[in-house]
Amino acid sequence: MPWINACATDDIDEEDVIRFDHGDTSYALYHSPDGDFFCTAGFCTHEKVHLADGLVMDYLIECPKHNGQFDYRTGEARRAPVCVNLRTFPVKVEAGRVMVDLP
Amino acid sequence: MSRSNRDYALLGRDAKLAEEIGLVSAQWYHTEIPRSEMKALMKRSDGPAIRDTIILFGVMLAAVSGGIALWPSWWSLPFWAVYGVMYASAMDSRWHECGHGSAFKTRWMNDALYQVACFCMLRNPVTWRWSHTRHHTDTIVVGHDPEIIAMRPADVARLLINVFGVYELIGNGRTTLQLIAGYMPETVKTFVPESERSKAFLIARIWAVIYLSVAALAIWMGSILPFMVIGLPIFYGSWHMVMTGVMQHLGLAENVLDHRLNSRTVYINPVSRFIYWNMNYHVEHHMFPMVPYHALPKLHEVVKHDMPPAHGSIFSAYAEIIPALRKQFQNPDWFVKRSLPGTAKPYRPEFHGDLEPGQPTPGIGGYPLATAAE
Ligand code: FES
Repeated sequence: MPWINACATDDIDEEDVIRFDHGDTSYALYHSPDGDFFCTAGFCTHEKVHLADGLVMDYLIECPKHNGQFDYRTGEARRAPVCVNLRTFPVKVEAGRVMVDLP
Repeated sequence: MSRSNRDYALLGRDAKLAEEIGLVSAQWYHTEIPRSEMKALMKRSDGPAIRDTIILFGVMLAAVSGGIALWPSWWSLPFWAVYGVMYASAMDSRWHECGHGSAFKTRWMNDALYQVACFCMLRNPVTWRWSHTRHHTDTIVVGHDPEIIAMRPADVARLLINVFGVYELIGNGRTTLQLIAGYMPETVKTFVPESERSKAFLIARIWAVIYLSVAALAIWMGSILPFMVIGLPIFYGSWHMVMTGVMQHLGLAENVLDHRLNSRTVYINPVSRFIYWNMNYHVEHHMFPMVPYHALPKLHEVVKHDMPPAHGSIFSAYAEIIPALRKQFQNPDWFVKRSLPGTAKPYRPEFHGDLEPGQPTPGIGGYPLATAAE
């Protein structure tokens, strides 16, 4: 699949997340505290809640509904009530744009 | 007087109905807050909770020392009164905040205080974490929320007896015994995933060892004093938890998707706010569970234009609750629909249907019974 041009790097504050919709699927794009970018599925695996409304702390995203946490680099579920890992997608930065490899 | 038209059972008739009409795991109303402001409100820190925890344990230590020193004289009573409220009411709010993981920034601190609070409250850390998760997903949705403390019509005797933590202790004692024996009821299994169950059994068994040690000490001393320190405070110190807990949702709407209709914010005195860890800002907490307790007063200022006015005191909240509970004896569909200020977004039917007090509540299967004569 071609890389999708998702947003500009400065569209996402450092240590923050935004929602990115593509086709009929929702994703979450992250800007880590040391300047890297990541992409995961947009909804929490516990219930259908947008992670982009949650809180980024270092490399964790905390879901706004029940405070479940994932490591957004690997998608690993890190705090109950989330038990199922999050899907992650490759990201690269090119000329100030965040590019995502989506299925 | 009418009988209840509601089926509160977790696997019951109204549980299915609520699901059918889309009340379960649904989208809830949220007041709009700019992301930058929200991020500042959600920000975690250790400072406030470390300070409050030092105060809490300091007060508990001083009170229990006084109680033991003066035991069995009546002069020990005020010390036990203070110790009991800290043990069985302040620990309820610590269980709550640390269960959300938002009290401290540092994870192990949250987890450690959570375990201590669960032990004091005799609430299994696993089953109670998951039941509270459900309470946030399906707040006051009949047949889904396991934390509805008063059904309609209310069992008043039960509410009054529980001022002494009786049902809290009986319910949690029974669950603990079941878990020690390796048994988890089907209703509990509806909200505790398979992968978590073994932890629930393990913790119940660790507690069994602690309680047996306390019992052995009590027998050796020929005194109930060890139980005054561990266990019995649930009887003599729960009243504050019950007093504040009743204010959270009682008399308000069921089966709605807007926390402004089913939760209550009340201004209370600073001592009670310390004990209750700011959960008097209850609409705010339910709408934004990511905001830590210490930021709730600030959140309240940000959203109050979109909320029903907060009650000015505990007395004012009860002046609303008691008549509403009385009316629900005549009609269980009765509830208090609080009016919103002109600055608020109106209640929207897509979040709760055209729900009006006394009219059939969506998702309740038995409403024709509500007004039928017994
Ligand atoms: S919906 Fe994300 S933790 Fe529950």
